[in-house]
Amino acid sequence: MILPRRLLLIGTATMLATPAGATKSDVATAIAALTKGAPIRPGRVRLDLPLLVENGNAVAMTIDVPDPLPAGERVLSLHVFAEGNPLPGIVNAYFGPRAGLPRLSTRIRLATSQTVIAIAACADGTFWSDSVDLLVTLAACVEDS
Amino acid sequence: MPRPLINIPRKVKRGSSFDIRILLAHPMESGQRRDDFGKAIPRDIIRSVHCTYAGEEIIRVDLFPAIAANPFLVFSARAFESGPIVFTWTDDQGVASFDTVDLVVE
Amino acid sequence: MQDDDTQNPAFLWVLQAESLWTTRAGTANKSCADCHGAPAALKGIAAHYPAWNSAAAAPITLAQRINLCRTTHQGAPDFPPESDPLLALTTIVGLHSRGQPLDIDETGPLKPFIQAGQTLFNTRQGQLNLSCANCHEDRAGHRLGGALIPEGHANGYPQYRLEWQKLGSFPRRLRACMLGVRAEPLPPNAPDATNIELYLATRARGLKVETPAVRP
Repeated sequence: MILPRRLLLIGTATMLATPAGATKSDVATAIAALTKGAPIRPGRVRLDLPLLVENGNAVAMTIDVPDPLPAGERVLSLHVFAEGNPLPGIVNAYFGPRAGLPRLSTRIRLATSQTVIAIAACADGTFWSDSVDLLVTLAACVEDS
Repeated sequence: MPRPLINIPRKVKRGSSFDIRILLAHPMESGQRRDDFGKAIPRDIIRSVHCTYAGEEIIRVDLFPAIAANPFLVFSARAFESGPIVFTWTDDQGVASFDTVDLVVE
Repeated sequence: MQDDDTQNPAFLWVLQAESLWTTRAGTANKSCADCHGAPAALKGIAAHYPAWNSAAAAPITLAQRINLCRTTHQGAPDFPPESDPLLALTTIVGLHSRGQPLDIDETGPLKPFIQAGQTLFNTRQGQLNLSCANCHEDRAGHRLGGALIPEGHANGYPQYRLEWQKLGSFPRRLRACMLGVRAEPLPPNAPDATNIELYLATRARGLKVETPAVRP
């Protein structure tokens, strides 16, 4: 079968652009399930990820709340979501009475260049967010491809 | 399950915050990969890590397949008295494993 | 990750090796510790591997040396190549040579094997018709896609590769390179692989052992 060249181009571009996996709306749904519709404000929480990732298999990530909170306020939980991974969730952390600073560091997998979103849930019912747009380049000599 | 590597300070001052580092041995098979014959490799991950200090919770972490193999977590706790720090982690089969280190507070 | 042992996932294998070290095995019912004492007693030896083995009349790798201990002194079966116990024991011995400069005796019986390794290193092979040297000497420091081409110094094995998501040996890395140039990968324990490892160790003379290294 001979496809018109333009159609072939569109087809290829679509295949490249949408690997099977989470979409922006999946992440929005997951965030809505967390906030139950409450507004999310930018600020308080900080998401630390490299902007250029050379290996998506293990990317160092820290989520924290760098500035002191108002008196009596505390962070209940931190959540991270990925728009370009097969699944929207990356990690959730819930802090108990013996927690110190509201902070979590770990190493994550990133399937492709994408936006990663962090949400902090505070005890007063407010939600705060930060996000990082990052580029993931692919390793050249990989064993399994 | 193989033992984890746990790192806490030898001694901490009462009232101060200190870091806890844990490195767990686990392949964190994402369920997204296929073997050489095109068959899907079933998902096998650690789903949650729970950490308590003298019986009360420090943190509970839900892990997804987006956590890298051999999960590494760093978090913070506040020292109040000497006591055991207990780590429990649960995998996809529902099997829970645990390890304990003792914290000395001065 | 490599500079901080608490962040280096390879130390999960070191932890495993600490218990393997004192586990008695085989018909002789002996452990590594029964002959060698603590792993620290083998300080520095990994810097001299691959080393000459007179029984085999050939160089052997550290992993092969450990399996020789298994079969001759413990009366136990070989650990399979690339198995976790073998990687773990190789790593704990390597760790106790960390910081020691690589030092292979190039004058003795190893000489022809080093030359054989050097020849292999410079021989084009595979459908892409590339030698090791074409990438790791001529193009070292340049990029292949997004990845930096290293100089090909094998001073950190066994090493944790993010790509593998686990610990692995030099022969495994070599097989990946050979697949990359579309050559027939060498089977486990191939003498050619040991010769290349040996040549690389002489080529990296003076570089310090970094076992267990972390690489992308």
